Amino acid sequence: MVTFIETLRSPIERKAMATSPTTVLRVPPAVAGVDRDMDMSQHPAAITARGMNFYYGENQVLFDVNLTVPERSVTALIGPSGCGKSTFLRTLNRMNDLIEGTRCTGEVLIQGQNIMEPAVDVVLLRKHVGMVFQKSTPFPKSIFDNVAYGPRVAGERNRAILADLVESCLQKAALWEEVKDRLGESAMALSGGQQQRLCIARALATNPQILLMDEPASALDPASTSRIEDLIGELCANYTIVIVTHNMQQASRVSHQTAFFFEGNLVEVGPTTQIFTSPSQKKTEDYITGRFG
Amino acid sequence: MSTPPLSVTPQPSDVQSLKSVNFISGSDSTIRRRLFLSRVFAWCCRIATYSALAALVALLASIIVNCLGRLNLSFITSVNSVDPAEAGILAGLWGSFWLISLTTLMSVPLGIGSAVYLEEYAKDTWLTRVIKVNLSNLAGVPSIVYGMLGLTVFVRMFDLFGSSAAKSKAINLLGIVKIPLPLGDIILAGALTMTLVILPIIIIASQEALRAVPSSIRTASLALGATRWQTIRHQVLPAAMPGISTGVILAVSRAIGDTAPLIMIGALTVARFCPAGIDSPVKLLTEPQRILQAPMDQFTAMPIEIFHWAKQPGDDFSPVAASGIVVLLLVLSVFNGFAVWIRYRTSRGLKW
Ligand SMILES: Nc1ncnc2c1ncn2[C@@H]1O[C@H](COP(=O)(O)OP(=O)(O)O)[C@@H](O)[C@H]1O
Ligand SMILES: [Mg+2]
Repeated sequence: MVTFIETLRSPIERKAMATSPTTVLRVPPAVAGVDRDMDMSQHPAAITARGMNFYYGENQVLFDVNLTVPERSVTALIGPSGCGKSTFLRTLNRMNDLIEGTRCTGEVLIQGQNIMEPAVDVVLLRKHVGMVFQKSTPFPKSIFDNVAYGPRVAGERNRAILADLVESCLQKAALWEEVKDRLGESAMALSGGQQQRLCIARALATNPQILLMDEPASALDPASTSRIEDLIGELCANYTIVIVTHNMQQASRVSHQTAFFFEGNLVEVGPTTQIFTSPSQKKTEDYITGRFG
Repeated sequence: MSTPPLSVTPQPSDVQSLKSVNFISGSDSTIRRRLFLSRVFAWCCRIATYSALAALVALLASIIVNCLGRLNLSFITSVNSVDPAEAGILAGLWGSFWLISLTTLMSVPLGIGSAVYLEEYAKDTWLTRVIKVNLSNLAGVPSIVYGMLGLTVFVRMFDLFGSSAAKSKAINLLGIVKIPLPLGDIILAGALTMTLVILPIIIIASQEALRAVPSSIRTASLALGATRWQTIRHQVLPAAMPGISTGVILAVSRAIGDTAPLIMIGALTVARFCPAGIDSPVKLLTEPQRILQAPMDQFTAMPIEIFHWAKQPGDDFSPVAASGIVVLLLVLSVFNGFAVWIRYRTSRGLKW
């Protein structure tokens, strides 16, 4: 049986994979830095969601979601559009608070604290849990000011410290070489892929431990997409990453763990290799083989 | 059921649809008619533009021709007089200066503040919706109505402190400035009234500028751990500033030329003095203690003086009125130039 993923492989790749043990589905090789066979039980939990229900007004869009994200790993959230992936992601740094009339029950533990508590300081939380959006959203300021924004609003005024920080974050986001000579120029003049990496650098500048990415590459061309994927592979050594993606190949390339959402339910979660080769749920298999969605 | 035979050769009906078209002369009469109508419409629009322009040019020309021989330096360095050869606009110039400065000082923070509250903070309740709808109504209220309001509320203060003529009571602020109660026909009362006139305009312009800022900027800023106020202060307001400042300057320009509310609150038509005796910019520096007294003084304004000269019987004062109009227009163009400059300055900081 030729699977969805296999149809996207080049003949050479297909030949190479034909020698691997027979599986239900074949997964593409992971990007450098993502070891899909990593034993995640060794990693303490960075995020633990328990019994989460989410409502837009009367409309419930998440049903009893339980999910644990291990530290320093990449978790991919997949599922057809409208299934609640973004909503779930936004609960992790309380960005849903900004939408009027929303309600959330259940708990989300980050560093042992339930961040859904009303007493939680969302400003601190969002510094700790950075976010990158689908549409890159550089501020209409210089490249430098974009990256320095987070530290500045946190009170950092020292020009030298800021300059160091901007450089190291741009390095981490693999953008430094391209922009080091024009830090004072407008961020809006960068290409789409560069803008998205700038947004990642900007998020890193607040020194977060968790990075949430909502379809960070879906508006980018293939070359920029693969740069972002490589970047995720590099970042996951130091950061916990949760990424929403529509692209099944991307999910399998960049993640250790995959969670499949369907109509607001977390249908299945497990190691990426397992989800893509031997999913336990029929729904998951149907989705990743492209039978719907 | 029989399916039609598949064929790759074009059917005769397809071939027939290709007919020869003469692109050069448009043999089709409907095409010629459409082209003709299109040209007629373009000409109508052109005539509309040029007739408006012609009216403006005619107006300007007649005023400038009229003011020739009267408009000179002494016109802006002397106060009003019964002699058309000696009458000047100095008192009105300073009156307008104080009036506009105070109005700007009060209306800009209030207006931008209200707009920020309505757009960025206020929840969508029936009350905020009522306020938003009525702001545009308020912007359309004739200014003379605000003049009546100002007369009752600011000039007379509902006669709470006795009749305004008495002017017996006053509050002393820090021993420097005495604010009369009720205010009476002083600059402060005029500025408060003018603030009411232009506040809705400033609020609406600022709201529009704030709404034009993409919400993704707010979300991105908040996601970086900025507070709501930091987001407004560092992202939203700078991005909206070109729009806001344009709205503010347009509103202020309107206040410079507005006469009705000033006449209503009892501003002087003939004044031969400048508020607090400040009759040259040098005095602002040499006698700064007078600056705080000026708002408590009686005043006249440029448009009032122009109106006064224009309605004098005979032709003697018409060059004086024309000169006043030219000075007023010059001040207005300075303001508009200022608006362009501010727009340029504030949008230069933005790197779209
Ligand atoms: N701001 C909102 N207000 C009301 N309903 C929303 C809002 N955002 C998303 N939804 C609804 O919540 C459901 C989940 O949406 P979302 O989390 O964006 O899905 P996904 O990211 O998986 O495509 C959808 O049915 C959507 O219509
Ligand atoms: Mg989404």
